[in-house]
Amino acid sequence: MQATSEVGRQGHEARAALLAREEEARPVIQLEGIHKTYTMGDVEVHALRGVSLTIREGEFVAIMGTSGSGKSTTMNIIGCLDRPTRGTYILDGQDVSELSKDERADIRSRKLGFVFQGFNLLSRTSALENVELPMLYAGVEAAERHRRSVEALHSVGLAGREQNNPNQLSGGQQQRVAVARALVNNPALILADEPTGNLDSRTSVEVMEIFQRLNRERRITLVLVTHETDIAEYADRVVVFKDGRVKKDYKVTAPRDAAEELKNLPAVDDDDEETGAAELADAA
Amino acid sequence: MNFLMIIRIAFRALARNKARAALTMLGIIIGVSAVIIMVSIGQGAQASVQAQIESMGTNLLFVSAGAQNVGGVRSGTGDSGTNTLTVEDLDAIRREVPSVAMVSPQINARAQLVVGNQNWSTSVQGVSEQFPEIRKWAVGSGDFFTDADVRTAGRVIVIGQTIADNLFPGQDAVGQTVRVSNMPFRVVGVMARKGQDPQGRDQDDTAFAPYTSVQKKILGSTRVSVAYVSAVSAEATYTAQQQVGDLLRQRHKLAAGVPDDFTVRNMSDVAEAANQTNSIMTILLGSIAGVSLLVGGIGIMNIMLVSVTERTREIGIRMAIGARSSAVRSQFLIESVVLSLTGGFAGILLGILVSVVVPWMLGWPTLVSTASILGSVVFSAGVGIFFGYYPARKAAALDPIDALRYE
Ligand SMILES: Nc1ncnc2c1ncn2[C@@H]1O[C@H](COP(=O)(O)OP(=O)(O)OP(=O)(O)O)[C@@H](O)[C@H]1O
Ligand SMILES: [Mg+2]
Repeated sequence: MQATSEVGRQGHEARAALLAREEEARPVIQLEGIHKTYTMGDVEVHALRGVSLTIREGEFVAIMGTSGSGKSTTMNIIGCLDRPTRGTYILDGQDVSELSKDERADIRSRKLGFVFQGFNLLSRTSALENVELPMLYAGVEAAERHRRSVEALHSVGLAGREQNNPNQLSGGQQQRVAVARALVNNPALILADEPTGNLDSRTSVEVMEIFQRLNRERRITLVLVTHETDIAEYADRVVVFKDGRVKKDYKVTAPRDAAEELKNLPAVDDDDEETGAAELADAA
Repeated sequence: MNFLMIIRIAFRALARNKARAALTMLGIIIGVSAVIIMVSIGQGAQASVQAQIESMGTNLLFVSAGAQNVGGVRSGTGDSGTNTLTVEDLDAIRREVPSVAMVSPQINARAQLVVGNQNWSTSVQGVSEQFPEIRKWAVGSGDFFTDADVRTAGRVIVIGQTIADNLFPGQDAVGQTVRVSNMPFRVVGVMARKGQDPQGRDQDDTAFAPYTSVQKKILGSTRVSVAYVSAVSAEATYTAQQQVGDLLRQRHKLAAGVPDDFTVRNMSDVAEAANQTNSIMTILLGSIAGVSLLVGGIGIMNIMLVSVTERTREIGIRMAIGARSSAVRSQFLIESVVLSLTGGFAGILLGILVSVVVPWMLGWPTLVSTASILGSVVFSAGVGIFFGYYPARKAAALDPIDALRYE
């Protein structure tokens, strides 16, 4: 029990309380009194004013809050894209609040996966190569790279689409490629900032289904920012931000099940269209 | 993060925009091929002049009337004014200078050669019977004229192949009679074909007659402006040059301090002069071409800068995914080097191709030098690094959050 011994060594009261509340699960994210202040000329913008938050292995957390409340700022700090002005951040047992640019890049490569609102795939680059990209930077061997990206694309339901470029894929499919890319380096944590912001409701459910599956089957820790209450209901914990602070933090008693809902939705999936076309061709 | 991976990343990034990559390379392709072509034309000219000079033999000396000024242009006498070089001078050189083996004046005259109703205007050169040996130019058929022909100013002539082809098409010219300035001359031989000189003049469009005959019968003058002197051996050339000079000064009664009224040059002097002009040409042509290479390099920098701005989001994605700044910098630097090196290699191929086609199309000799190829490779790699460094540094300095937000 690595987590227990670690927490025990530190012997923090707050942690002890948390440990008592949560079960054995190891904390993946520990934010302690995080402040972030942007200075623009003479004006100081206090984006975060003391955020403390612990997220444990295997949790699926939705972050909500009004625009400008500091959600993206928090995500950037959690994602080691940015450093807090004040406070400590322990990621997967390692203090990362003071790391250099290169050290943070290495952490992102090894421990984190990102999914963005705008997909952020490389254009004119096949789905397969997009998914291979993080492994290139992590120095994974060619054969292994190929095997893992095919597998990742398969797990997000894009088998057979390996050679398609982003402009040959629908928004939902592009976001699934992005999810495959995020999970291909086996990260401790996947961060998604408004992943369904550009998707229609049905495709949103499809993407949430993948997230829920990854979370349940592989115990991947997920943190997701959303504006939509119904999307947040797929998570099992919701953290609400207001004015750079955590305003509410609660467990979702009965999270929605995306897989169940998909079964009840009318089938207009493009994969079905394809099988339909194949059947027509067979009949002719 | 290993280097091979970054190279792979750079190649993939270039492959995503092939048309732009090709256009960027075009500048380098043109620059490199221009350098190679220009240098090869310059070197070709140099080599053919050199070959020409070497074929004349290293023990050859040129004696000409008149002093030589700094620019290498003869001044004073020679073609006009007082005649400072005489047949007697040449006889004295032949008799009195032990290191001299052979002597022949070269007296140029233009004359009409007529056979029946055929008419050919050409240069008739008055030379001695030793001319073929001095100039290492053999007689093709028949014989050269003899010592006796020179003494008696005999009406004999040896013609070049071009003249033979035009005046006696399909016949043997030897033994025939040709009218030179209205006097019948007997053709005793036809020279072996020699082809064009580096300036593109047909060397076979010349006839040779005893210098005595040319002086008395064609020109009516005893002037000698140029003579060939051959030393007994290559090693003796320098001694011969000194001794010929001393003898001529003595014969012309020049007091100490008075400059020479003649010029004695050896082949390396001639070669050097020719080399110098050719090198200047080569350098000039090469530098003009080099400027276009520089412009090509600036083109690469321009495209790379545009590329960094245009691909800001891509850079953000790469950084978010785990690329270190150094990996991004290397990627852009490698992209730029790949562009310039690929352009460089394509330019080398094009340059070689054109250098091969030019002699065939324009008749100019070319010589592709390994130095210009190696230089181009090094230079284009240098261009890639130099002009790629700044854009690459700009890319690496981007902040991932700002880059991801960039529209
Ligand atoms: N780079 C920056 N420079 C200055 N101020 C910034 C910067 N980034 C964010 N801010 C400010 O910090 C505050 C929090 O911004 P943040 O992007 O975290 O909000 P958000 O909760 O993600 O909002 P939204 O829901 O609109 O995405 C805002 O007031 C914003 O203007
Ligand atoms: Mg935001």
